[in-house]
Amino acid sequence: MRFDQYETEGFFDEMFDPQGRPRPGTEAVVNRFNALPLEELKRRQQAAEKALLQMGITFSVYGEEQGTERIFPFDIVPRILTRGEWVGIEAGLKQRVQALNLFIDDIYHDQKILKDGIVPEELVLSAAGFRPQCMGLRPAGGIWCHITGTDLVRGGDGRMYVLEDNLRCPSGVSYVLQNRVVMKRSFPLAFDAARVSPVSDYVNRLLEMLQFLAPSRRDKPVVAVWTPGIYNSAYFEHSFLAQQMGVELVEGRDLVVVDDQVMMRTTTGLKPVDVLYRRIDDDFIDPEVFRADSMLGVPGLMRAYRAGRVSLANAPGTGVADDKAVYAYVPAIIKYYLGEDPILANVETYLCWRQEDLRYVLEHLDQLVVKKVGESGGYGMLVGPHASARERAEYAEQIKANPRDFIAQPTLSLSRVPTLVDDHFEGRHVDLRPYILYGEDIFVMPGGLTRVALKKGSLVVNSSQGGGSKDTWVVDPPNLPQGGASC
Amino acid sequence: MLSRVAESIYWMARYIERAENVARIVDANYHMILDLPDGVGEQWEPLVVTSGDEELFKQLYPAFTREAVVQFLTFDTRNPNAILTCLHMARENARSVREWISSEMWQQVNTFYLMVKDAARHGEVLELPHEFFVEIMMSGHLFSGLCDNTMAHGEGWEFARLGRMLERADKTTRIIDVKYFILLPSLDYIGMPYDHILWASLLRSVSAFEMYRKRYGQIAPDNIIEFLVLDNQFPRAIHHCLIMAELALRNISGTMRGRFTNHAEKSLGRLLADLDYIQVDEIKSIGLHEFLDGIQTRLNQVGAAVSETFFAVPLVAPAEQKQEIE
Repeated sequence: MRFDQYETEGFFDEMFDPQGRPRPGTEAVVNRFNALPLEELKRRQQAAEKALLQMGITFSVYGEEQGTERIFPFDIVPRILTRGEWVGIEAGLKQRVQALNLFIDDIYHDQKILKDGIVPEELVLSAAGFRPQCMGLRPAGGIWCHITGTDLVRGGDGRMYVLEDNLRCPSGVSYVLQNRVVMKRSFPLAFDAARVSPVSDYVNRLLEMLQFLAPSRRDKPVVAVWTPGIYNSAYFEHSFLAQQMGVELVEGRDLVVVDDQVMMRTTTGLKPVDVLYRRIDDDFIDPEVFRADSMLGVPGLMRAYRAGRVSLANAPGTGVADDKAVYAYVPAIIKYYLGEDPILANVETYLCWRQEDLRYVLEHLDQLVVKKVGESGGYGMLVGPHASARERAEYAEQIKANPRDFIAQPTLSLSRVPTLVDDHFEGRHVDLRPYILYGEDIFVMPGGLTRVALKKGSLVVNSSQGGGSKDTWVVDPPNLPQGGASC
Repeated sequence: MLSRVAESIYWMARYIERAENVARIVDANYHMILDLPDGVGEQWEPLVVTSGDEELFKQLYPAFTREAVVQFLTFDTRNPNAILTCLHMARENARSVREWISSEMWQQVNTFYLMVKDAARHGEVLELPHEFFVEIMMSGHLFSGLCDNTMAHGEGWEFARLGRMLERADKTTRIIDVKYFILLPSLDYIGMPYDHILWASLLRSVSAFEMYRKRYGQIAPDNIIEFLVLDNQFPRAIHHCLIMAELALRNISGTMRGRFTNHAEKSLGRLLADLDYIQVDEIKSIGLHEFLDGIQTRLNQVGAAVSETFFAVPLVAPAEQKQEIE
């Protein structure tokens, strides 16, 4: 009875087909939710939120009084993908990360791809994420982007598209792990019936990958997670990952470089560190090389890194491939390095520094989403169809002043998932951020973070803009051939 | 372990212990008032005086009324030693060492803080103060229990124990000292039933009443002092706290009893040795209040020495690291 009144309203719905029938793999959840009285559903929603608050799974909100924390809003209806579809997504992500890593390595060495004219040189060298200080660096194993969180969206045509590649310090994986804990507690029966691939292996894989990077072949390399501190919006995640891996969580003030060796200050003196999983931007890691005013960094870190005495994940400089302008060339990058066609499609992108693209964008601002190339987190965006004429006019002036800083994309009709609103379900737009680890091999966590725009009709899912999250289930429907494990 | 981490664990434990003890002091006073004779007014001033925050209180409140003192000691975040402030600090410290403490401990600090913060907003808890303060004490015990039963008894745990025991020793001195400041209408009251009532409520405020009865039977001030200051088995007795603190310290640095390798061990070892061999008569000839004051001063010195020894690591390579004791 729960979903009787549910309307897909012409959008692609992740749970129901246009005729209102549950999609393959979602039947167990639909049946279970239909069987529960409304009061019980609401009680479980509240219990889930309370559990998240008590676990302290909060993020700090910038711009509010210091120490303001909120839970990342959580919705109990899971987002479900079948194993069959997942296999394709996984292959696409592996291909993309591998190609982007080759691209970054090339950019900081021979720049063949620029010389061959595949990607405009001027574009890459002017990208906000390009770090000339990283030229000639040779990270362990030639791997730069060890941890990637790629944002995927499903359009109205039912296809998955890559929206952006987050190759610097992608966050959110802790929510995936905790959402799963909460869901298993809240809906054990539905969970059991749906045969969901486990995600808990992620932390082991992360630790293995970080240990694999250790410069010295010591038996027990010392790994640490490096956080800017408790006031960082993702601090919970930093401490959670350190705790789950059983490694140190360090701040810049705990570290010092002595004779090109990174050391941490302990109660019994200084101790060496081999691998730093840094959750702090390039600009702030070493005041000697990057921003001199950084209070968070460690003077001499880059010297130690260049000398091969410490490994950093991700390597500095990966942001060059994160640039939204470079994004448009990723299909060409895949073709160039791997000789393959991209498995996952890009969203059609207009580059405002191209004259004809600029003209088109300015003429169609009411239909496009425009983004600043260097921004992330949903800041600095214009969603044309939802903006006023005046906002569009003001934004147009910004674009004309700095065309290099803007790209535009068609406003996607993002897919939706039923979400509990008061006493019924309504469709809300979602995206998906799977996590990819690149060490000895490439590992993709089955599922990822489904972010949901909780405001009716909103297309912006970022937590900084009032988005929430859902658990993501990769399921093996019982009537299909079995692939993954169940838990 | 990282110096910063050790410091945060130490302070986390200290702040939880501090919050719990403030609750003890306030709760005991509520009980005592109900037993005092007519004509003896409610006395809330001693609680603030012994906490050492008298000056601050006078800046913030016009008089030592029940409401003002309870608000100041419980919810007033302008007071660095109010229960709510302590829990906020405990939580900030816990937050920065979440990967070291167990998630149960973290959840308990979090729940504890949210509970008191919630109560601060509503205020009606003070209509049934006893229930509220007992809940605070129990939350503190729950945290200590989780600390003992879910955290590996390694270096981090020892720092928590060190912080908790130093804090508890200090607070027991202040709880005993409250008695010194309580004014009775005339000397005739000393040694009268009312005086006994005060002594008994003092024992209750440190959960010592039953244990004391088993040991000594009758309420006798000398025995009470002996029990709360010098007993080596009662968990809140000053002597016992210092024995435990010294054990933690020696486990941290791996030093044998009878030796010392740093200032922290030296100052704590000396203080403990004094308590090992002092007797009640000597305390009385010094004066109980003066004696307790001296202990507080020396505990502060121990705290400073712990910071200097473990939390402020000098910037030299380990090879050149030497501990020099003058």
